[in-house]
Amino acid sequence: MEVIHPVDLDEAVGALAAYPEATLLAGGTDLMVEVNFDLIRPDVVVALRRLDDIQDVSRRRIGAGVTFRRLESGDHNALAQLARTIGSPQIRAAGTIGGNIGTASPAGDSLPFLAALDAEIELHSTSGTRRVRWDDFFTGVKRTARRPDELITAAVLPEDLPDFQEFAKIGQRSAMVISIVSACVLRWRDGRTRVALGSVGPTPIRARRAEAMVSDETDPGPAALEEFARLVSQEVSPITDHRGTGEYRRHASGVLARRLLERCLSS
Amino acid sequence: MRVQLTVNGEARACDTKGSESLLFALRDYLHLTGSKGACEQGECGSCSVLLDGELVCACLVMAVDAHGSEVVTVEGLGGPELHPVQKALIDAGGVQCGFCTPGFVVAAAALLDENPAPSSDEMREALAGNICRCTGYGAILRGLETLVEGR
Ligand SMILES: Cc1cc2nc3c(=O)[nH]c(=O)nc-3n(C[C@H](O)[C@H](O)[C@H](O)COP(=O)(O)OP(=O)(O)OC[C@H]3O[C@@H](n4cnc5c(N)ncnc54)[C@H](O)[C@@H]3O)c2cc1C
Ligand code: FES
Ligand code: FES
Repeated sequence: MEVIHPVDLDEAVGALAAYPEATLLAGGTDLMVEVNFDLIRPDVVVALRRLDDIQDVSRRRIGAGVTFRRLESGDHNALAQLARTIGSPQIRAAGTIGGNIGTASPAGDSLPFLAALDAEIELHSTSGTRRVRWDDFFTGVKRTARRPDELITAAVLPEDLPDFQEFAKIGQRSAMVISIVSACVLRWRDGRTRVALGSVGPTPIRARRAEAMVSDETDPGPAALEEFARLVSQEVSPITDHRGTGEYRRHASGVLARRLLERCLSS
Repeated sequence: MRVQLTVNGEARACDTKGSESLLFALRDYLHLTGSKGACEQGECGSCSVLLDGELVCACLVMAVDAHGSEVVTVEGLGGPELHPVQKALIDAGGVQCGFCTPGFVVAAAALLDENPAPSSDEMREALAGNICRCTGYGAILRGLETLVEGR
């Protein structure tokens, strides 16, 4: 096995161009589980933990190498909320948002946030930089539009950021759980509302009919909130697995989204 | 691959065969068997160490990625005397089979370094990544609470 510790972006993407089969290693919290259980045996590892070029966070750009521990406090309420629910202190100290995006698990907790915001994933290679919107980037369960020679460098958020944003997830207990359902709700003062859900489909789902309905309500009352929850439940396509039934996930999606919208409205 | 790192303040080196974890390197190459391995998937915390000052699971760090890093294991806490956290756990009966203990000691010591007077809730959150099958956690938390109160 060969290991490359690139000192800058050029060296990192140069390594990927030279070794298209290389395995990218960030915090290792997903990758090492597979390595320890002998599910993958990397030949070439490009180690990103100390790559400074992907460590910056600003209001609209979150570097791929930023750990969830660093994201626990920050400008974006929902991002901080989701960061605090990831694994344990040990997992948050190592795990990065770039790794979460790279794994593209349906239960990846940063995904509903990125989907709700219509974030773009920034990809860098020796042929340049491109940005791919989340819905073109996440193509299936653990599948993405990233080419093997590309490095995820950042998640880029739009200029028009919401006035209120809330994230929550449901699991069997309050720490160290994989989401059964997760949701992110955004609301602007003019009423515009977005809702994205995780763990209820192969990729994050935007409940667009629910969004359209509640965006027209400047001050949604109980009936509108009820209708919002009903539409959200209709728009998800959850499966049944050992963590929960499809029926439970469908119900919980509506309840969770409604609760988060209520929090947005009362803040 | 030759991995050179600082462990508990000492320069150490070992040769890895491939993608072994830091936990494996510490135990099998450097013979520091304080850090325990149970789940090898980040769930139990018995392998907790400090890597460049951050509390992590050594089972999820690729040993070659710790090249050039500074690692502190349970053996590096305290000195000739026990670390206060170790003493607190013993006094409170927070050690039964002891398998989880090194992980709890490293995690609790890291917490107290960052926050010398954590509340009980903060202790619970900070130790959420450490699993104990014996004590039911009560004695561990009581030990730490007594330690914090006595300061
Ligand atoms: C005990 C435990 C609890 C967990 N709890 C949660 C949880 O609550 N919520 C959650 O969402 N996840 C959870 N996870 C999963 C994991 O911690 C996250 O997905 C984390 O974000 C992965 O980041 P990493 O830096 O450790 O990635 P790594 O494991 O280093 O990499 C993950 C994947 O992404 C690729 N990759 C990494 N960085 C890049 C990059 N810059 N460009 C391209 N590809 C890249 C890697 O090649 C690999 O395929 C948990 C994991 C464990 C072990
Ligand atoms: S052995 Fe590392 S967390 Fe269990
Ligand atoms: S004392 Fe036995 S696992 Fe904690």
